[in-house]
Amino acid sequence: MKKYFANIIEVIKSFLKEVGEISYFAGRFFKEFLFPPYEFKEFLRQCYYIGNRSLFLVGVTGFIIGLVFTLQSRPTLQEFGAVSWMASMVSVSIIREIGPIITALICAGRIGSGIGAELGSMKVTEQIDAMEVSGTNPFKYLVITRILATTLMLPLLVIFGDVLAIYGSYLVENIKDNVSFQLYFNQVFNILEYSDVVPATLKTFFFGFAIGLIGCYKGYNCKKGTAGVGKAANAAVVYTSMLLFIIDFIAVFITNIFYKM
Amino acid sequence: MTNDSSKAPIIVIKDLHKTFGTNKVLDGFNLVLNEGENLVVMGKSGSGKSVMIKCLIGLETPDSGTISVMNKEINTLEQVAIDELRTEIGFLFQGSALYDSMSVRENLEFPLRRHTKKFGKIKDTTPLVIEALESVGLANAINLMPNELSGGMKRRIALARTLILKPKIILYDEPTTGLDPITSKEIILLMKSIQEKYNTSSIIITHDVDCAKAIANRMILLIDGINYIEGTFEELNASNDPKVQAFFK
Ligand SMILES: Nc1ncnc2c1ncn2[C@@H]1O[C@H](COP(=O)(O)OP(=O)(O)O)[C@@H](O)[C@H]1O
Ligand SMILES: [Mg+2]
Repeated sequence: MKKYFANIIEVIKSFLKEVGEISYFAGRFFKEFLFPPYEFKEFLRQCYYIGNRSLFLVGVTGFIIGLVFTLQSRPTLQEFGAVSWMASMVSVSIIREIGPIITALICAGRIGSGIGAELGSMKVTEQIDAMEVSGTNPFKYLVITRILATTLMLPLLVIFGDVLAIYGSYLVENIKDNVSFQLYFNQVFNILEYSDVVPATLKTFFFGFAIGLIGCYKGYNCKKGTAGVGKAANAAVVYTSMLLFIIDFIAVFITNIFYKM
Repeated sequence: MTNDSSKAPIIVIKDLHKTFGTNKVLDGFNLVLNEGENLVVMGKSGSGKSVMIKCLIGLETPDSGTISVMNKEINTLEQVAIDELRTEIGFLFQGSALYDSMSVRENLEFPLRRHTKKFGKIKDTTPLVIEALESVGLANAINLMPNELSGGMKRRIALARTLILKPKIILYDEPTTGLDPITSKEIILLMKSIQEKYNTSSIIITHDVDCAKAIANRMILLIDGINYIEGTFEELNASNDPKVQAFFK
């Protein structure tokens, strides 16, 4: 029994230590990202790379979510004779919640793990040391560029995913009820208020930041050996997913406080 | 002593200590490298050879002890001064450490982008890249990616990348480890020819006895965190100490 408790305390301790280290890593990002030298070219390369790697996946997933979500909700709405509310319901739930969180989770798997594996293998094969010796600050060149790129690209990817999800939903309505494109999208935009769009967009910046931060942290602190690289990539996904839900919860909580007043 | 008194020391390490957690790696290590000399450091795997040369170039911070490179104390320098000093020190990493995502040309250009003090602003890097590649006999590999290169070629390109800054000192971390015997011999010959061409001083870390024999002016054995014994290859080879003998069997 005593051993059991000791174990739990160990786990909590190492978790808190990790949280501390990640905060320190984030602190270093904020301390250094404003000052030159700026690695602008590498930043653009990362933006392109992130978009290129996830655009297709985010698009297809968004589209299918839109289709499925509409098909699944139809019977219930029909029961209440509220099918005409479909566009509004889809719009609000996709924009507020489903679009951001699904896109972020996909990117955590696709981009976060990629960054973790890339930086991890660079660490293990001493490429990061080689950079440092070459007079380039590897934190600026590798970490800051990637965190900035994910922070900026995630909101764009979310918008792209949202649009395709709503389009998927429209296709269902168009096939089932012959709803016109114009009518459907009018309804979609009419229901939306600032309170739906602004907080939802703001939180996607935090999602992007979390994905870049954890991926870089895990890769940059990768343990020696090839097993370390796999672990870094895996841990990046697990930690990021957890963090995404925590951020989401906090964001919704804060939004509710603001708009109830 | 085999120290040639006519040549000035270019690197001096005094009483270096480094501990990771409870793992005492370096425990009062001393070393002197004279100008133009090839100094071989041998030691078992995990004995702290890499840690020692990483301290030398400021990648690891020692717990105590002093390291002076070209009369500058590494531990007391500002970042800018360290970067400047690093242009005089080439470092060949154990696994070559080429940047996977960059072509050979970009790999060689990388050290030039920030180390601008030494050459001024360079408009066209191509002549420098080609010159460095020619020194290692691989001028035609300029547009290849690292994953298209064999182990021996990677080592040569990595060497070219350190040569591009025309350093006065080259640190080799196990330059022949992981290579077949023939390629190892080629790399050793290359190291010799580079020393003649660029007139460098070198510290070579290895546990390859053939490599040590071929290149060492002087040797140090790193055992139990200290420089256990120093001397020429022949002197150490003739030693009766079983700990020393173990390296030469
Ligand atoms: N960053 C580090 N953190 C903890 N231990 C390390 C670190 N770097 C090296 N070590 C330990 O120091 C010892 C010497 O390592 P190293 O210098 O790489 O050996 P080698 O002589 O084979 O090059 C090893 O036991 C290694 O585990
Ligand atoms: Mg080593």
